[in-house]
Amino acid sequence: MVGDLLILSFGQSPGAVFAMLLEGTWGNPYGFGQTLYKATTLIATGLAVAIPLRAGLFNIGAEGQLAAGGFAAALMGLVLPAAVPWPIAALLCTIAAVIGGGLVGAIPGALKARFGASEVIVTIMLNFIVLALLNWIVASHLHIPESLHTPEIHTGAVPRFADVSSLFRGSAANVTLFGAIAVAVGAWWFLFRTRAGYELRAVGLQAEAARTGGVRVTHVWFITMMLGGALAGLGGVNYVLGYKHYYEEGFGSGAGFLGIAVALVGRNHPIGVIFAALLFATLSQGGLAVNAVVPKQMMDVLQAVVILAVAVCVPEVRRILRTR
Amino acid sequence: MIALLIVAQVLRISVPYLFAAAGGLLSERAGIVALTLEGYMLSGAFGAAIVTYYSGSPALGLVAGVAAGALLGSLHAVATIRFKADQVVSGIALNLLVAGGCAFSLRLAFDSSANSPRITALGDGLGSGLVATLANPLVWGAFVILPAMWWMLYRTRFGLRVRAVGEHPEAATSVGIGVPRVRYLAVILSGAIAALGGAYLAFDQHKFTDGMTAGRGFIALAAVIFGRWEPVRALAACVLFAVAETVQIRLQGSTALPSQFVEMIPYALTIVALAGFVGKSAAPAALGRNEG
Repeated sequence: MVGDLLILSFGQSPGAVFAMLLEGTWGNPYGFGQTLYKATTLIATGLAVAIPLRAGLFNIGAEGQLAAGGFAAALMGLVLPAAVPWPIAALLCTIAAVIGGGLVGAIPGALKARFGASEVIVTIMLNFIVLALLNWIVASHLHIPESLHTPEIHTGAVPRFADVSSLFRGSAANVTLFGAIAVAVGAWWFLFRTRAGYELRAVGLQAEAARTGGVRVTHVWFITMMLGGALAGLGGVNYVLGYKHYYEEGFGSGAGFLGIAVALVGRNHPIGVIFAALLFATLSQGGLAVNAVVPKQMMDVLQAVVILAVAVCVPEVRRILRTR
Repeated sequence: MIALLIVAQVLRISVPYLFAAAGGLLSERAGIVALTLEGYMLSGAFGAAIVTYYSGSPALGLVAGVAAGALLGSLHAVATIRFKADQVVSGIALNLLVAGGCAFSLRLAFDSSANSPRITALGDGLGSGLVATLANPLVWGAFVILPAMWWMLYRTRFGLRVRAVGEHPEAATSVGIGVPRVRYLAVILSGAIAALGGAYLAFDQHKFTDGMTAGRGFIALAAVIFGRWEPVRALAACVLFAVAETVQIRLQGSTALPSQFVEMIPYALTIVALAGFVGKSAAPAALGRNEG
């Protein structure tokens, strides 16, 4: 409805624009592939927010963790000689991304566990610090002249879907999508089928009760934030190994922040995150598809409205259920 | 001469931080997280620029900017107080809403997604010297606002109530204070005050640019935390951050101090402060908690 109003304000018919949005995302090979490509990163950042939220921690640092992961993957790809076969190189780059993101996530985790420092504030501040630090490293040591990105990785590039099937012609969707889905399924298994996952959820539901029950709450905080960072870092391989093959300033372009929306709409459930990621990927790719007739920023407004609506409705629904 | 120019520059850079920090402090002392500062500032800048452009009157633009901030503040208040939405989520969503909404309206109004046409500003034609800077009412207003906030918080009935609902809402309720009412007022006022910082930015640059607040709202929030939620300390933190920024601008081009490291200063100091001397006790006890 808000979308309708925005479109009308631009003198376009809502129906036609939404048809255009669907055609530009799910209706043609390029749009479909790009939607899947965007969803891949969003699954990772969505999980990076959703898992800590299960432990009662708010990870707003996915943007910086994603950048750190992508940078670490690109660095690994540069260090490895071209002779290393791509599957091994891709695996090593992925491990590097996990470590890069995990390190950034470990900082708020440690400060929360040790000093009780608010992870919300620390992750926000850390985003700025990490991005500035990476910008400095790239700008002063690693960039290709006349550009803002690192050289291309020597090895580790993964196959794109477009290489195999014309169904994805020209798009950047690549096999890391399967990785992201596998990680989401793994996260589900971890959360609901393992002891550590059970403890994590117990801390989120009632930290005091969990402590009484023998859970080391601060330890769980630390591990969970590190895990969140690692998951966001993982999102970086989609861009570095699957798309551009280098690290570039600002490549995340808000995917880290959108992870918050994805986690929220996905109800902090790993499988829900997959579908929420597809929804938000559709919105942001759809914004590009309709940009010629309606400014793509309309989608930012729509996304904000979706987040607000969920944030407003969730406590409302919970209260209704409780009073019944 | 150059020293005076540098002082003037520090003053000008401080202005947006001071207004935003004052707004953030008020909201947080009432127990509502102020991640929306960035959005308040941006909406203030946008309202000021648009209305100044169409009316030709910077004074009217200023009013519009403040109104835009108050409107956004009331959205944040309704979402978090009436509907008990998570304060962090509401803040992030509203920031996104304003960023997208401003860019959208920019294309709607001027068919440009980057910036508005040039506008006239308050205190135009006075130059950038110290006297001219001091002649700008927004500049001295910015330096008065945090001391005024101190006076309000510690010397008035409303201030006492703000502190009460931020520290112990249950106790406040038990002595007959309407917690939601006080919080509504504090948050709406917070949006209006922070928007002044954005309006100043628009006047300073004589236009609205997409994303022109560039993280200043978060730096102001950092100043509030670094200043332990105390107005006078927050003022000192804002000026400290402004001095760092001025030094960086003055040193631009010299390789001794990469600009990225100066950019990090407010954020790094805040993290250190949170881990070290600020501790848990400095934050308003009920910050981020939705009652009932």
